[in-house]
Amino acid sequence: MTDILSAPILTVEDLSVEFGATRVIENLNFSVAPGKTLAIVGESGSGKSVTSLSIMRLAETMGASYPSGKIIFSGPDGETDLLSASQKQMRAIRGKDIAMIFQEPMMSLNPVFTIGDQIAESLILHEGMRKADALIEGKRLLEMVRLPDAGELLARYPHQLSGGMRQRVMIAMAMACRPKVLIADEPTTALDVTIQAQILTIIRDLQEELGMAVIFITHDMGVVAEIADDVVVMWKGKKVEQGPVKELFANPQHPYTQTLLSSVPKLGSMAGEPFPKRFPIMLMEGGVPRLVGSEHIQNTARYDEAPLLSVRDLVTRFDIKKGFFGGVTHRVHAAENVSFDIYRGETLALVGESGSGKSTIGRTIQQLQRATSGNITFDGRSLSSMNRSDQQRLRQEIQYIFQDPFASLDPRKKIGFSIAEPIRTHHLINSEKQIRIRVDQLLERVGLTSEHANRYPHEFSGGQRQRICIARALASNPKLIIADEALSALDVSIQAQIINLFMELQEEQGLAYLFISHDMAVVEQMSHRVAVLYLGQIAELGTRQQVLETPTHAYTQRLLSAVPVADPTLVRNHAMLKGEIPSPIRRVGDEPAILNRQEIAPGHFVAQAC
Amino acid sequence: MARFLINRFLQTIFVIFVVTLVVSFAIRLTGDPALMLAQGAGSVSEDDLARIREGLGLNQPFLIQYADFLRGFFTLDFGRSFLGGTPVSQLIGAALPATVMLAFAVMFVSIAVSIPLGIKAAVSRGKWADQAIRIVSLIGLSFPNFWLAIMLVLLFSITLQWLPPSGMDGFASFLMPAFTMGIILTATNVRLVRTAMLETLQSQYIMVARAKGLSENVVLYKHALRNCAIPLVTYFGLQFGGLLGGIVVIERVFNWPGLGTLAFDAVGARDYPVLQAVITILSMLIVGVNLLVDIVYGLIDPRIRTE
Repeated sequence: MTDILSAPILTVEDLSVEFGATRVIENLNFSVAPGKTLAIVGESGSGKSVTSLSIMRLAETMGASYPSGKIIFSGPDGETDLLSASQKQMRAIRGKDIAMIFQEPMMSLNPVFTIGDQIAESLILHEGMRKADALIEGKRLLEMVRLPDAGELLARYPHQLSGGMRQRVMIAMAMACRPKVLIADEPTTALDVTIQAQILTIIRDLQEELGMAVIFITHDMGVVAEIADDVVVMWKGKKVEQGPVKELFANPQHPYTQTLLSSVPKLGSMAGEPFPKRFPIMLMEGGVPRLVGSEHIQNTARYDEAPLLSVRDLVTRFDIKKGFFGGVTHRVHAAENVSFDIYRGETLALVGESGSGKSTIGRTIQQLQRATSGNITFDGRSLSSMNRSDQQRLRQEIQYIFQDPFASLDPRKKIGFSIAEPIRTHHLINSEKQIRIRVDQLLERVGLTSEHANRYPHEFSGGQRQRICIARALASNPKLIIADEALSALDVSIQAQIINLFMELQEEQGLAYLFISHDMAVVEQMSHRVAVLYLGQIAELGTRQQVLETPTHAYTQRLLSAVPVADPTLVRNHAMLKGEIPSPIRRVGDEPAILNRQEIAPGHFVAQAC
Repeated sequence: MARFLINRFLQTIFVIFVVTLVVSFAIRLTGDPALMLAQGAGSVSEDDLARIREGLGLNQPFLIQYADFLRGFFTLDFGRSFLGGTPVSQLIGAALPATVMLAFAVMFVSIAVSIPLGIKAAVSRGKWADQAIRIVSLIGLSFPNFWLAIMLVLLFSITLQWLPPSGMDGFASFLMPAFTMGIILTATNVRLVRTAMLETLQSQYIMVARAKGLSENVVLYKHALRNCAIPLVTYFGLQFGGLLGGIVVIERVFNWPGLGTLAFDAVGARDYPVLQAVITILSMLIVGVNLLVDIVYGLIDPRIRTE
């Protein structure tokens, strides 16, 4: 530590942060050296974002106060304690010496100013440049984060850019004044994996070039394994463990770190297994880890029966961009000639990145969206030949679980009411007393208690809300549940519990799942078969083993290689990943080529290269 | 954007057409102007009334009268007042500037005052400055404006004799009517700006702007204000319409020589040509301002402009 090279540039000593009377961070210590990456990991509410905002002294704008601690920044002019600096001093440091990238690239850029204006702003402020020079430098910065047509981008507005491009603009903006410390707060969480891999590579390359210290805040252990030198694990506002990344992953000391690592599904960890599997979960109970459940093979799919759901040549397109006289000029080709079957007791995973059409397919099956053409058959009956009452019945037998468990529960209704709603809508049970009994059973089935029925959604955590959504879906005795990114908003430890709940329910009730996800590791654990979607078409379809162990389509291979794996000993190369995901929006008349599919092994279909 | 504006422009013309049609029709349901004119002339025979009607063109079918009005509208000839026979365009020409100046003065002062106050309230949410601004604005909202007007006249014109009680004569005469109308407007606007600002300040790009090291004034007045301008401009546009409606009362109280006074007198006398013209001009002002709001949208927000 006395060595000049590894002397820390930023040291947090005994930092405590309070909001009102609530202490959210307690006696936190860590430091980061130039050229090194420190990852701060933790689940929601662990205080990791407050830590980053406290270093920037921005937590005050949200009402924070600092009862104790120092944050020492060793700048060119000696040491400064950021906590005792004035806001005026801080303004000279923010954006110049310490820069920050935020989680939501879609919301990080001001929608009413051009990209050029927003990058130039920092340079004009901190470097005293004139506008014209700042724009020339801005173009150089955009090239540095490998954005094509940088010169032209300067005049564009944020809404004209994709999420990945916006995050690169954010990075360029943060790099403008060559900061000594970069704080990246979940910078890739909202992005697709292939774009995430690009962003991580860019951050790492720039760090090497500029010798920056990086504080990387994330909940994703895979990303930690890829990018960090050292790791700080936070839990309930406290640091519970710290160490070099390899040591921490190989030999976690604190029970919380152990449970966290055990909950993370690792892609590739189920190689050689023909069936999905439930695993015991480590839970923290009163600070002590405890194993819950047992290992169980999920051999539930009834391939001997006729398929429950058959989708044939499904095409779903939306008209957008109308011409001057109201004629359609562009369409979103969300699904193009998609065909697949789902059997009783089976989980079919639909994977792909944004714009691949995976949600549209789910919504079309649930009749939330009208198909342009194609045929959907459920339980032997064709959707197109159904009358209204049959279609209503179908809405009962197919249930949908959404990504955001908060937005999908009515905040003004008690959850008992929400769960009973499908029972009343479909007249499944008529006596109020019986309905109440059924709701209690459902709540207990998903791991809640009957007392919860009288509470409102805001009284529950994210994981509990998703359990409520599952109970509501089960209320109508469905045969098929479409789970659209239903686990994506949850912390890993909660996610692991919900995965097991899904699998237990499948075994008990013979449920089929259409599991829409971008998370390949969860898909590997849960699904019997996998369909990979690319621009609305199925690029590859096969059993879990076929698709994940012998990926054949170039896109499947690219997707799998981009997934960060929670194992720091793996050396990986993302050099092959370039460019954006192409847009599914096409001019009218410019129809996409329908890819031929080949069966390369029984049940393993691969589309020709795209 | 161009398509959007052309669309809006055509809508505007249609709206004005419908308004004039409805107004012309509805006025004629209110009673016979010939009776009003003949009042006080002693005994009036049915023949006299018929002659008066013929003289005013009221014996024609409604559609022909309306067509005449439309024709006049395009040549800026609104006919003559039933009372005294002054050309209506001349009456309007005198009254319109008075009303427009008063209305714009009120809007301008209200916006100029409410934006900094609203922002201050939003930034210091829950603190004393916010509480004070909110309480004062609530008090402002609670005054009926005609009552406030009378109290002001009592105090400043009668007791203190600082300001003229009525009429339009120089800057001093603007103060009381503008203040009376402005206070309620401002009270509403402060709350509106505060709400819009609070929402915008939650946005991540505000945090990003602060993280760049920008000063608080740049963050608030450059980054935040322009983003919350859209709902504000929309509301200000609608408010302008309400303002022109409310002006009739205030013009009466202060005897302001504007469109409101003109309209008030015209209603009493069933002076159709004046009333038609005043209402047409007012509705044109209101839709015109809202068209302007649409153009301003595009200037503020590139997402609309580049659509």
